[in-house]
Amino acid sequence: MSHLVTVWLEERRSTTRELRRYARIFARSGSSVAGLVLVLLFLLVAAVGPWIVPYPEDALGAVHLDWKLQPPSGAHWFGTDEVGNDVYTRVILGARVSLQIGLIITLVAAVIGVPLGVVAGYVGGALGEVIMRVTDVFLSVPALVLALAVVGALGPGIVNAMVALSLVWWPGYVRLVQGKTLALKGETYVEAARAVGTGRLRIVFVHVLPNCVSPIVVKASMDMGTAILAAAGLGFIGLGAQPPYPEWGAMISHGRNYLPTWWWYSAFPGLFIYLTVLGLNLLGDGLRDLLDPKSRA
Amino acid sequence: MLFGLLCLTFAISHLVPGDPARLAAGPDANEAMVETIRAKYGLDQPLPVQFVRYLRGIVAGDFGESLRSRNAVRDDLARYFPNTLALGLAVALGIPLGMLSAVYQNTWVDHGARVVSVSGVAVPAFWLGLMLQLMIALHLGLLPLGGRLKLTMVPPEPITHLLFVDACLRGQWATFADALRHALLPVVTLCLPALASIMRVNRAEMIETLKQDYIQSARAQGFSGFRVVTRYALRNAMIPTLTMIGLRYGWMLGGTILVETVFDWPGIGLYAVNAAVSSDFQPIMGVTLLIGLNFMLANLLVDLGYAWIDPRIRRPA
Repeated sequence: MSHLVTVWLEERRSTTRELRRYARIFARSGSSVAGLVLVLLFLLVAAVGPWIVPYPEDALGAVHLDWKLQPPSGAHWFGTDEVGNDVYTRVILGARVSLQIGLIITLVAAVIGVPLGVVAGYVGGALGEVIMRVTDVFLSVPALVLALAVVGALGPGIVNAMVALSLVWWPGYVRLVQGKTLALKGETYVEAARAVGTGRLRIVFVHVLPNCVSPIVVKASMDMGTAILAAAGLGFIGLGAQPPYPEWGAMISHGRNYLPTWWWYSAFPGLFIYLTVLGLNLLGDGLRDLLDPKSRA
Repeated sequence: MLFGLLCLTFAISHLVPGDPARLAAGPDANEAMVETIRAKYGLDQPLPVQFVRYLRGIVAGDFGESLRSRNAVRDDLARYFPNTLALGLAVALGIPLGMLSAVYQNTWVDHGARVVSVSGVAVPAFWLGLMLQLMIALHLGLLPLGGRLKLTMVPPEPITHLLFVDACLRGQWATFADALRHALLPVVTLCLPALASIMRVNRAEMIETLKQDYIQSARAQGFSGFRVVTRYALRNAMIPTLTMIGLRYGWMLGGTILVETVFDWPGIGLYAVNAAVSSDFQPIMGVTLLIGLNFMLANLLVDLGYAWIDPRIRRPA
């Protein structure tokens, strides 16, 4: 019994040591830490947004015409828009929208892409061939163009934009996981598992998938930023979120009509997109250096 | 591959929840008119028949008819595509710049370049475009706000339908200069994300390559620094860079959609956006197909480029 406890303690200690080592490597890179800070701030803002904004009723389009288009001031840090809504309030609440968009798109893409990638890589054969060809077709059109086509067919709206972007986002995961699975299939420990008669499902879940986790996490963290950018792009051309929903891309698009005099209307939402995506990218870079150093590019 | 793309565009255009025939007929149309339109476009036929009809049309160079404007999509595309091409061409000039800045590592040149490269991928291109308009066009008045030519400027008689080439061929240098001034901001905006990621990859690869033994030995043999960097290091670093160029080219084709919207640049992207906003899906499918084709071609070039750069790839395995 005491022996088991020692083993458990030792394992725990080595895990802590490992984590500490990771933290040290991570902290050495200034840009990774900056990324982490930006992402944490973004998450914090998304979490507590509704409680910290000065004018919560402005989120879904209250109208105060006597306050319209006021420059940034103590009462309205980022100024106000054409119906007198506080831009600061809407930008802060937009963080939550963007977080949702990024998370949902990336999650749906991974949920579709990863299983397909495993099947294509591990089972292979005609089925794998079909999966990869379909993936290639999707990858042959730039994501934003394809998303535009899908939203064009479905009609504008935030939900449709997310459906469209998820639909065009999964092929990347198929590629990644298929490649990784193919490589792992040849590893000695997988062959050994097969030799002792381990079932396919068990091999996939115990030996293959855990080894795919790091590249998937790295890709997902990078994709979050790109997905947020793409959704903002759709919002900007009027196919994503519809007013008065506080989405950053749509806000920039509306503010565009009030440039250059009322510059703050477009400038601040854009600045927030930039900082968010920057943070996610830097964090993704840091994670990659940590978890998947071989795939540096 | 191409066939798959055709299937995809066809599938998307049939995903429409609304009735395209009713949409085309307009809100006041009666049942008989909707039926006539449906029959005219073959929308009453079973799906496989529609698909064959679609394929036959594409092969004959017919991208369908814009249901709204009633123009053949092919004509619309022909009118808009050259502009976009000009934009893309100008961007190709930006690429060597990214490579150059990779050579000077860990100097202030490098630090500056890294800030640009990290920011370039994160900044929303359409917002950057707006801010550039605000600062450079409106505040400083250095460059025009949007469009392709001054309203007072007469565009050259078309020869190739590429504005720049036509202006040159007709010797209208003032027009050429004005077109250039109009193109500068959109090109810079579109260029930056691509430039940024290409720069990043190239820098990382160059650093790796410069550490290799053969670089050391080339230096020891007394080759000049320039020769070592270009002939030995750059060539080896080019493969991943080329991959990124191919990838980024695709992103750029997507980015034109946003950038053209910002600068009112009458290219294929703006055309697609206007079509998408009015749920006119034939033109969108045409654009998707054309951009897909363009991207496939680019990837083919990238593959050929691999073989050109690396003799090992040329040899059959």
